[in-house]
Amino acid sequence: MNVVTPLPSQDDIKDIIARHSQLEGPLLPILHDIQSQFGHVPQMAVQVLADALNIGRAEVHGVISFYHDFRDAPAGRHVVKICRAEACQSVGANALADHALNKLGGEWHMTTPNGNITVEPVYCLGLCACGPAVMVDGQLEGRVDNERIDEILTECGA
Amino acid sequence: MKIYVPRDAAAKALGAERVVKAIEAEIAERGIDATIVRNGTRGMIWLEPLVEIETSEGRVGYGPVTPADVKAIFEGDSDKALGNVEEIPFFAQQNRLTFARVGKTDPLSMADYEAHGGLSGLRRALTLTGDQLIDEMKTSGLRGRGGAGFPTGIKWDTVRRAQAEQKYIVCNADEGDSGTFADRMIMEGDPFTLIEGMVIAGLTVGATKGYVYIRSEYPDAIEVMSAACAIARDHGLLGNVMGSGNSFDIEVRVGAGAYVCGEETSLLNSLEGKRGTVRAKPPLPALQGFMGRPTVVNNVISLATVPVIFEKGGQHYADFGLGRSKGTMPIQIAGNVKFGGLFETAFGMPLGDLVNKIGGGTASGRPVKAVQVGGPLGAYMPVSKFDTPFGYEEFDGQGGLIGHAGIVVFDDTADMLGMARFAMEFCAVESCGKCTPCRIGAVRGVETIDRIAQGDGEAVELLTDLCETMKDGSLCALGGFTPYPVMSALQNFPEEFAGVKEAAE
Ligand SMILES: Cc1cc2nc3c(=O)[nH]c(=O)nc-3n(C[C@H](O)[C@H](O)[C@H](O)COP(=O)(O)O)c2cc1C
Ligand code: SF4
Ligand code: FES
Repeated sequence: MNVVTPLPSQDDIKDIIARHSQLEGPLLPILHDIQSQFGHVPQMAVQVLADALNIGRAEVHGVISFYHDFRDAPAGRHVVKICRAEACQSVGANALADHALNKLGGEWHMTTPNGNITVEPVYCLGLCACGPAVMVDGQLEGRVDNERIDEILTECGA
Repeated sequence: MKIYVPRDAAAKALGAERVVKAIEAEIAERGIDATIVRNGTRGMIWLEPLVEIETSEGRVGYGPVTPADVKAIFEGDSDKALGNVEEIPFFAQQNRLTFARVGKTDPLSMADYEAHGGLSGLRRALTLTGDQLIDEMKTSGLRGRGGAGFPTGIKWDTVRRAQAEQKYIVCNADEGDSGTFADRMIMEGDPFTLIEGMVIAGLTVGATKGYVYIRSEYPDAIEVMSAACAIARDHGLLGNVMGSGNSFDIEVRVGAGAYVCGEETSLLNSLEGKRGTVRAKPPLPALQGFMGRPTVVNNVISLATVPVIFEKGGQHYADFGLGRSKGTMPIQIAGNVKFGGLFETAFGMPLGDLVNKIGGGTASGRPVKAVQVGGPLGAYMPVSKFDTPFGYEEFDGQGGLIGHAGIVVFDDTADMLGMARFAMEFCAVESCGKCTPCRIGAVRGVETIDRIAQGDGEAVELLTDLCETMKDGSLCALGGFTPYPVMSALQNFPEEFAGVKEAAE
């Protein structure tokens, strides 16, 4: 469960940057750290990162937007990722995803109005011999059927 | 008493943690002296969670185990009993070289690693000269297991000859291809073999720093690799390598959900903290790679195979295989298949044998329609091509590729037009945006296939032209090879692309 965290201060961001300053190419580890602590990479971090790493704001922004993992706004309290890749499709992942999205009444990347669940597509979790696969808040599950996804969504507060 | 329950992500995804809890409770209730070892997986995923108990007659398996099965296992009357796990035909038929220890040992025990042959390759490598190290790799015939199949020895030689203050070994653990999980399994099941392989690579080319770039979709692999690096440092495998005076260290880095970052130059940009766009070649990463310095970029399996090559000799490795595809390949049998998992075997087995004899046909029990080999950029092979031997040139000759050796099985309900559409959609989502044929072409591809689905037969020719343009005008294989799944679906299942129009006629 993603706990609702307060927005970081400039000093919070600077602390995270300092922890990685000795790395070669520190930007991705820094962004991962910011996101794991604050649930997203807030706009205010861009300027701090640009100054600290001596690169342009546009470059920082470009990196954040390039990668599917980084979000510029917080997700729902639970993130449910459903694998859409070929091996899972061969055992019914499309129907599973349709079922889940219909139930929640939205499209990929949706967040439920109560803020409890965000649904994201994922392209392979390495569970291709036991699909359909899902990842719920970082926990993996294989051979998920409609009944099980209903349970998961209920547990997450759909 | 020693009880093994895999810590592999697939075993966990099928309930291994609940089984461990039940076993712990049973041990406590009976007051017996037993330890639970969290091993890697044996690769027989349909049997996971596969519990093993050490006995005087070897390791006896039970699977797939649920918490409700645990009591009977201890009573000795479980209906999930499988006998000696190493005698299960799927396992017994393999030639396990790269995966020799996976499933057998405790992945984080250096003592276990050494007791099963670990570090002997490195000990031998430390006695060889640079030329001898390269010769051994060339003799092995090892080709890159990430997909392109480039000879590893030649790549290393280029980096070795380059003059620079600092060189790097970068392990590509981005494993984004659907239907593949060999990298994940070896990182979770025998991480020291990857570390040992990277150390030998470093010794050979004169690099002192290594990176393992692991995709973020693999939380278990990230955890085990990070722990293994710390243990390797404590045991002197990393740092001052075995007290030899050669230094080498490894850092684990985590990707951020971009498929294209598996492409080596995109990966290097990502490691440097940039957008993961593809770089034009030349310059080769071997000469100007990470931070512009000479860099070996190799797939996990390529590097994890290095220790056994030095332990048993390059010639021993090369004696397996077929033609120019030397050695063994950890083949991943996935999708709609009865016996799915990892099957390491010498190159050369016909595709149909892998799917039907080893894999047991579909899980649904319906006829096989097609298999996609080599991930999302690989061709759909129809049953009529099932006599193709598993090898680089052999698949190329049939308009396909083996890639990272994933086989995804589809039964006769598969919608091939839908799969072709998905291939284009995936390319559009994951394109790095650098070249127009890929960035725009993939979006047009989706639209064109939608037109075909609506009965516009003329759009088929348009799709064919579009695929030609993508093939010829793309900088990397994401745009360049997306035509493989699309055109193979079209050519092998043309009736599905005639769509509504024909049905209406
Ligand atoms: C779009 C794309 C994705 C790729 N993904 C991977 C990957 O996930 N893992 C990998 O090892 N190689 C991948 N490759 C191949 C790498 O570019 C490179 O050839 C490989 O890492 C070299 O290592 P090897 O010689 O040991 O195979 C990919 C290539 C392309 C074009
Ligand atoms: S083919 Fe696509 S992914 Fe590859 S370099 Fe061009 S735009 Fe990027
Ligand atoms: S395709 Fe879904 S886990 Fe690999």
